[in-house]
Amino acid sequence: MVKVTYVAHDGTRTELHGDPGDSVMSLAIAQGIDGIVGECGGSMMCATCHCYVEEDWAEATGPRMDGEEDMLESAACEVTERSRLSCQIKLTEAHDGLVVHLPEEQV
Amino acid sequence: MSGGHVVIVGAGQGGLQAAMSLRQEGHEGQITLIGGEPGLPYQRPPLSKAYLKTGEADKLALRPASFFESKAITLRPGIWVDAIDRAAQQVRIGSETLDYDALILATGTRNLRPPIPGLERALDLRTLEDARTLRAALDQPRRIAVIGGGFIGLEFAAVAAGLGHNVSVAEVAPRLMARAVSPEMSERFRSLHEGLGTELHLGNGVSEVTESGLLLADGTEVTADLVLLAAGVRPNVELAQEAGLEVDNGIVVGTTLRTADPQIFALGDCAAFPEATSGRRVRLESVQAATDHARCIAKAIVKGETTPYAAVPWFWSDQHELKLQIAGLADPSDESVGLEGGAVLRFRGGCLTAVETINDARTHMQARRLLGGGAVPTRDSLLEKNYDLTAA
Ligand SMILES: Cc1cc2nc3c(=O)[nH]c(=O)nc-3n(C[C@H](O)[C@H](O)[C@H](O)COP(=O)(O)OP(=O)(O)OC[C@H]3O[C@@H](n4cnc5c(N)ncnc54)[C@H](O)[C@@H]3O)c2cc1C
Ligand code: FES
Repeated sequence: MVKVTYVAHDGTRTELHGDPGDSVMSLAIAQGIDGIVGECGGSMMCATCHCYVEEDWAEATGPRMDGEEDMLESAACEVTERSRLSCQIKLTEAHDGLVVHLPEEQV
Repeated sequence: MSGGHVVIVGAGQGGLQAAMSLRQEGHEGQITLIGGEPGLPYQRPPLSKAYLKTGEADKLALRPASFFESKAITLRPGIWVDAIDRAAQQVRIGSETLDYDALILATGTRNLRPPIPGLERALDLRTLEDARTLRAALDQPRRIAVIGGGFIGLEFAAVAAGLGHNVSVAEVAPRLMARAVSPEMSERFRSLHEGLGTELHLGNGVSEVTESGLLLADGTEVTADLVLLAAGVRPNVELAQEAGLEVDNGIVVGTTLRTADPQIFALGDCAAFPEATSGRRVRLESVQAATDHARCIAKAIVKGETTPYAAVPWFWSDQHELKLQIAGLADPSDESVGLEGGAVLRFRGGCLTAVETINDARTHMQARRLLGGGAVPTRDSLLEKNYDLTAA
């Protein structure tokens, strides 16, 4: 089990437990987190799964995937250096405790 | 209207999005989402991709059961709507009637079953149920014949070949995915599939599905113990048609996706809508159209918005290592200009209609921006910039 905390734009924190192999997007969708839409189902086509990885976790989540940068440009909210497409962060045991912040809007 | 009862017929990608967007836009009234298929609304794209490999059906649900409760969306799965009574503003489900203030038709499509003898032997790939059956059949080495060289047939062929099955594809058109992509792209994918060991029969229709496989128009026999039918779809328009609404390869809607009846909208795979750039009536089969239509309709219902629908179409298809991305919408006869990096630009009447790329998210996103940016880029203006989309 990998614990992930989602911090909504209004500050609400939700702790979820995922399995290795889940993405940060798919875990959120499966548990009904509102701030992630995930329209394309993780195919890196929609940028509606934008999240900001908390600083301490930048290393564990690694660099952006090939093409992720380009897709992020169409995200609805400001893109910062902490921005990731949550469908591209695949959980491993090393992510236990991960914290991601969600933007105000995804569309 | 922020109160009132919105009934959505069809609980697929677009129907679900409509329910979600109605709540997002502030709709306070009742929302009923009725779907003929059992279970939670799910995504179809993985059915011909990841699901065939992993078999993880629970990963397909678009939203969990708790979501419908928390958003007060009444989901009624496994239920078919039989008729619409427009005068009474009711839908009929068996002997039950349901009043609506607004009705959204999101009925999608069904597999086209051409009159080919023996076709009852062929499997479909449209629903999760279909995909389950197909996946179960892949548990032993097979000789597989696919009828139709479009996206779904080819995605399936790529997975099956990758799993070590022996695959043939028969396509009546002279090239792959001919309705949707340029000849250049068809060619790239022909090499891909041939490289995977798949036997392609192009320009060769199927005259019969026999006990031992396929009999093609030119007399060729293709041996197969599993046949997949992937020769296109039919929009589910009957409900609308029987209610007296216009249909023309889809349920006809105007610029705000409303039918001639102001209380009734149609979206996604079943809707024939005016393309913003050309005004031509088109019907798209894509996640993008289903979800963007849904958002536009929710705004119209809740806020009374009348801004014409104008989202840039986009689509993707994963076949083996290649991710094909299409921005825009081209006709089969649109001209094509292949760029050095592999992208193909499509033009009609000197104007850019679509951009096709493979494993090139950068160019794809530039194309989406360019096509959504107001003035339609012309061939001459792009040529001046040496077809550099960033400079355009
Ligand atoms: C195998 C496969 C792979 C695909 N891959 C891609 C892809 O890679 N990229 C992409 O963009 N798109 C892809 N698509 C297309 C995409 O899934 C569809 O465009 C999208 O699902 C359309 O959404 P929709 O809501 O219009 O229809 P659907 O999602 O098909 O939903 C329609 C629903 O309405 C129900 N219904 C119909 N009539 C009634 C009635 N009278 N009463 C109650 N319910 C009714 C049907 O049972 C169905 O569940 C794929 C489709 C398939 C089948
Ligand atoms: S879910 Fe679409 S890009 Fe992540």
